[in-house]
Amino acid sequence: MKEQLNGNSWKFGDDISTDLIAPGRYFHLRTNLPELAKHVLEDADPEFPAKVKSGDFVVAGRNFGLGSSREHAPTIIKLAGVNAVLAKSFARIFYRNAINVGLPVLICDTDKIDEGDKLSIELSNGVIHNQTKGTEITFNPLPDVMIRILNDGGLASHIEKHGDFKLED
Amino acid sequence: MGKTISEKIIGEHAGKEVSAGDIVVANVDVTAVQDGTGPLAVQQLNKINLVQAANPKSTVLFIDHAAPSPHKDLSNAHGLLRDFAKKTGVVLSEVGEGVCHQRLVESYVKPGDILIGADSHTCTSGALGAFSTGMGSTDVAIGIALGKTWLRVPETFKINVTGQFQKGVYAKDLILYVIGQIGADGATYKALEFTGDTIKSMTMSERFTLSNMAVEAGAKTGLIEADDVTKQYLEELGRGDEFRYIQADEDAEYEKVFDIDASKLEPVISAPHTVDNVKSLNELMGTKVDQVFIGTCTNGRLDDLEIAASVLKGKQRHPDTRLIVTPASKQVYIQAMEKGYIQTLVEAGAAVMAPGCGPCVGVHQGILGDEEVCIATQNRNFKGRMGNPNSYIYLSSPATAAAAAITGKITDPREVLV
Repeated sequence: MKEQLNGNSWKFGDDISTDLIAPGRYFHLRTNLPELAKHVLEDADPEFPAKVKSGDFVVAGRNFGLGSSREHAPTIIKLAGVNAVLAKSFARIFYRNAINVGLPVLICDTDKIDEGDKLSIELSNGVIHNQTKGTEITFNPLPDVMIRILNDGGLASHIEKHGDFKLED
Repeated sequence: MGKTISEKIIGEHAGKEVSAGDIVVANVDVTAVQDGTGPLAVQQLNKINLVQAANPKSTVLFIDHAAPSPHKDLSNAHGLLRDFAKKTGVVLSEVGEGVCHQRLVESYVKPGDILIGADSHTCTSGALGAFSTGMGSTDVAIGIALGKTWLRVPETFKINVTGQFQKGVYAKDLILYVIGQIGADGATYKALEFTGDTIKSMTMSERFTLSNMAVEAGAKTGLIEADDVTKQYLEELGRGDEFRYIQADEDAEYEKVFDIDASKLEPVISAPHTVDNVKSLNELMGTKVDQVFIGTCTNGRLDDLEIAASVLKGKQRHPDTRLIVTPASKQVYIQAMEKGYIQTLVEAGAAVMAPGCGPCVGVHQGILGDEEVCIATQNRNFKGRMGNPNSYIYLSSPATAAAAAITGKITDPREVLV
């Protein structure tokens, strides 16, 4: 996992569901994730899939990722090149899935970030520098268990590496 | 300090005493995936060369979301599940057998179990007094292969319900009301425990409706103690030997307690596009309805079809309104045929689908057109849920949905209930 992430913000509202991230009408593309990624978040922002750039951030309000357990949702956000998702809060399954697929998810006050703001994030220090506004936002670091899984590149890699759960020393 | 149901069950499976907030590795009894999440689970295990199942007889791969398959890519995805089942000896639930959550409570999950399923409504089995929760494909894949998972022991909200429902008010109205009160993220990371006289006198089917929707308040699971009603349910399924009593300690610690008087509730509806957008019928009466859908893991059981049939008996669907009915499982379908409910519904103009998820997931069997409105007995009304982001989904009880099928608009079921 990279320590410092740099990119621009794409701003979304509250309650962005997994149906908005990975719509059910593309159910048949779930075994073709690069194709499914071409539709990521299109029902929330039709321009997003075509215009998102590698390294950008998804920035949202409360309860990001509510709904279905589909792991395809964080997977295609990551495949689209997104560096991390920042939100005031996350739905439980999405949060866990994001870590499992190696997508950093940060809980912070996103009111101070606007669409297009240039952000630089120090993951281990828990600081977001909003370079457009010249402000700083702090976030609580992830739980230790999740940092271990994220550092191993996700849950499948964690199990491949250790042969079992290795959540403490 | 006493234990909640979650603390008791997770402690048993972690081999030590646990309290809310602890993070543990716990054994799992039952694991499940469906055809939307299972192929990715299989691919993950293939990728790390871990094609194995710790407990094949209680590992179930369900083909229910796109069953029968409406697309060649999905047919091929189903093939991945069938191959994995052949290689590992796990159970495959084929096209026509029903929705995973209904099949899990009928045949696989027992009180005191831990179930992890790659479907958010896995919380349904919580009504059996089992700690059941939804996770993603990779979490469940690892659970299948190793027979364990990691869990954070959740804090619990106690939902204490007393009093009798008025006519026309059902378990669905109760759970929609509760979600409206708590909010779509009000119980995130928490467990719900439903208790009180109203719950104790409910059938298992009604209890499944409550537990099924716990996730719509963000909860990890929705638990109900395993009591004599649970015992009788399992006995009728020929599974009496799998029963044991599970209940919280009297002095268990709850983060919040909600007291609800069921006798004061009215029929309610969740309006587009969030489940917690709960409104009284009065606010929505007369809204034109293009499609009515009765079915799903929330309300596709025998008593739900009985209510729909009683409302629709001798009547016809409104000429401008389609009516789709999907029994939740093969067993429900057979019983509904034997009791004549299917005949009644078909005579009233219903299109009856094979047991499965039907149109709830937006894959097939009733995708909405632009600007169309559906009233459904399912658990979600998110934008795009039923396959079209330019459509509108209202959630209700089977009685309210059936009433709309007759009039072609949102209608108070008490006006048509005999």
